[in-house]
Amino acid sequence: MLIKIVDEVEVQEAYQYLQDPGAGGIDLFVGTVRNHAQGKEVVKLVFEAYAPMALKEMQKLAQQAQQQWPITKLVMLHAVGEKMVGEPVVIIGVASAHREAAFTACRFLIDELKKTVPIWKKEYYQDNSIWVNAHP
Amino acid sequence: MEILLFGITREIVGQNSLTIHPEENIQTVGQLKAWLADHFPGMKKLSSLAVAVDSTYADDAQELLPNQEIALIPPVSGG
Repeated sequence: MLIKIVDEVEVQEAYQYLQDPGAGGIDLFVGTVRNHAQGKEVVKLVFEAYAPMALKEMQKLAQQAQQQWPITKLVMLHAVGEKMVGEPVVIIGVASAHREAAFTACRFLIDELKKTVPIWKKEYYQDNSIWVNAHP
Repeated sequence: MEILLFGITREIVGQNSLTIHPEENIQTVGQLKAWLADHFPGMKKLSSLAVAVDSTYADDAQELLPNQEIALIPPVSGG
């Protein structure tokens, strides 16, 4: 598996890593910066990670996925730093013999990453900024 | 005791890390959370606040020992 926290995530790097003669399906999820949130225009996002722990939590999720589904190869990449609208910030990739496991594992990994991996984003609007999810 | 801060907790404290004097006698994760709530009202307004010990989520009963890496984990928002 390929698990990294980087300044820039590369779709090409993930896709190349996932290729395997035994894989009949490759699923790639790319999370990107959206231009709006809560009815406001988003100017940019800034991501911050507690990197050693984030990598450890991502590895735990990858291991859980490998135990549950027959996965040939797996990629989890997350970006940190300032990201503008349209830029990719997270890539989850799963290669498997059949598509069902690839789809299901890919969804599991991005959903769980959002719940447990210590990475934070600050959303910048025209007039202010907030740490996403910080307050009820 | 040295506490690493991330995201909004860094802004609540106004520093990148927090040093707590041994005289405060904080021995568990639960005691640390109570101390933080007393000293930084902003912490109480968060949706949740977790503590990581040696880069693993810790429960309130966990004992805090010297030389551990302790970090505050406010609500995560990666992805």
